[in-house]
Amino acid sequence: MATQVFVLIPHAAGKADDAALELLSAARAMFPGVTPTALVLGAGADQTAVAQEAAAAYPEVWGFSQEVLAYPNAELIRPLLLKILPAGAVVLLPHSTLGIDLGPGLSVKLGAAYLPDVVGFDGIDGSLLKVVRQEFSGQVSAHVQADIVKGAVITVRSGAFQPAQPGPAAGTVVDKSAEAAGLTARRRFVEVVQAEAGDVDITREDVLVAVGRGIGEQDNLSLVDELAEAMGATVCCSRPIVDAKWLDKGRQVGTSGATVKPKVYLALGISGAFQHLGGLKGSPFVVAVNKNPKAPIFQAAQVGVVGDLMELLPELTQQIQKAR
Amino acid sequence: MEILVCVKRVPDSAENEINVAAGGADICREDLVYAVNEWDNYAVEEAIQIVEREGGSVTVVALGDAEIEESVRREMAMGAEQGLMLVDAGFAGSDGLGVATILKAAAQKKRYDLILTGAQAEDGAAQVGGMLAALLDHPYASLVNKVDVNGQTLRIGREIEGGSQELSDIDLPCVLSIQTGINEPRYVGLRGIRKVASVEIPVLNGADLGVDLASVGKAAAKVRRVDYFVPVVSAGAEMLTGSTKEVAAQLVELLKAKGGLN
Repeated sequence: MATQVFVLIPHAAGKADDAALELLSAARAMFPGVTPTALVLGAGADQTAVAQEAAAAYPEVWGFSQEVLAYPNAELIRPLLLKILPAGAVVLLPHSTLGIDLGPGLSVKLGAAYLPDVVGFDGIDGSLLKVVRQEFSGQVSAHVQADIVKGAVITVRSGAFQPAQPGPAAGTVVDKSAEAAGLTARRRFVEVVQAEAGDVDITREDVLVAVGRGIGEQDNLSLVDELAEAMGATVCCSRPIVDAKWLDKGRQVGTSGATVKPKVYLALGISGAFQHLGGLKGSPFVVAVNKNPKAPIFQAAQVGVVGDLMELLPELTQQIQKAR
Repeated sequence: MEILVCVKRVPDSAENEINVAAGGADICREDLVYAVNEWDNYAVEEAIQIVEREGGSVTVVALGDAEIEESVRREMAMGAEQGLMLVDAGFAGSDGLGVATILKAAAQKKRYDLILTGAQAEDGAAQVGGMLAALLDHPYASLVNKVDVNGQTLRIGREIEGGSQELSDIDLPCVLSIQTGINEPRYVGLRGIRKVASVEIPVLNGADLGVDLASVGKAAAKVRRVDYFVPVVSAGAEMLTGSTKEVAAQLVELLKAKGGLN
């Protein structure tokens, strides 16, 4: 089917995110033969730089430069996209905090299907697009089919598609800033408050003992502390532990926490949702202990143990103390 | 402030091992423990805290079959005065837009200043709040981890990448999706549940809501799940077996070899 495909280029500080090339791959996989158009919204020199960078990969770039677009506010971007997109357009967004903010409402306003957090592509038959999503923190996958005859808004999970190689010839940047004039929203950006630094810098540690929901109760954290002390390691955690206020935010690993690059990562009672694994880089040696043999963490680990932390931790601590 | 909180009853993935049923038509639902979606508890708690500060009332709404009553009562026991159940066989199989269409009709039964949802559901797509806002033509913010009321405007925080917080001002009425960690949801004891056991909860069907059943449900869904499956994955972890002592001994050797003992 004749579809026009658009990719919103996420960027910060004058540089496109890695997602820009992953989204190009996703667009090419789903709509072969269609030349996707990159949309670069921003302000000033940053916007100009990102538009040029995007043109190295995308044959056509539409640029929108306005002071009000300096920070990406979904409540401003949505009406702009409504104004400039042709009927039946397919829009690809990163499944980021911006994509999550922008996508659902955009699909409603466009009258288009919404396909969020896509991790794979499984074919297109006429106007029926089939993609892969995950549910229950990645424990199961699902094929999801959407009728995109009236267009689609698709958010793509980071890392799900390999970054595309930039094309041989530079693309053209079409300046459409005038169309973005006079944008207003009932939600006004104020500022970004950076995450507080904690008492330890887990991003610099080589050996991390990470604890998750499976630890059960706050009192049980002492078992984790004792093990970490025996190992000479630092304790970090997954999101539920921070939500429960058992450990500081500075100890959280994941997309909404810190990105760590340890040599060894011992994951205790962590299911391994992609938001957590997104913060684990540098190919560490991962050992996972979980009571659920289906936990996705076992796919990311080199060594796994299905078992009870309450039994294993004291035994392991004791044996390490003896071995020294 | 009149606040509507949308909640969902879901299989609790922290308590359940989720398996695909034969043929992939569904997950295995026998023996599943159901609970209120974790994010929704934070949304209800936030609504209650706002009303404690600013006055007003909290209404909890859920969509589903008769079993949602347990979920609605549990959330009411936290301190929400009113409940609302949206039940109609014609709602079954709705996609995100269908659910948002039904919730929109419920939200228009009364003038709500603020509508909250959880940021996402265990089995969901983080979509209904944003769709509901668009249908109501309200401003929207997702992943909200702070709400301060300043008259007809809220100063809100959104959790963005790296754990930073994006602050904005948003006009009322609006829709917010609430992120976990924004507060500490209060404990609900048996006494709390008993207190709301006899409160009447209105049950509205499609006709009561004025929802055209042709616009929702399975037939109207633009997006539908074809099947569940277990992805073909890498070999995964080498699993250690044996007694606790034996497993621990193997782990000590591995940690030593890989530099895990500093």
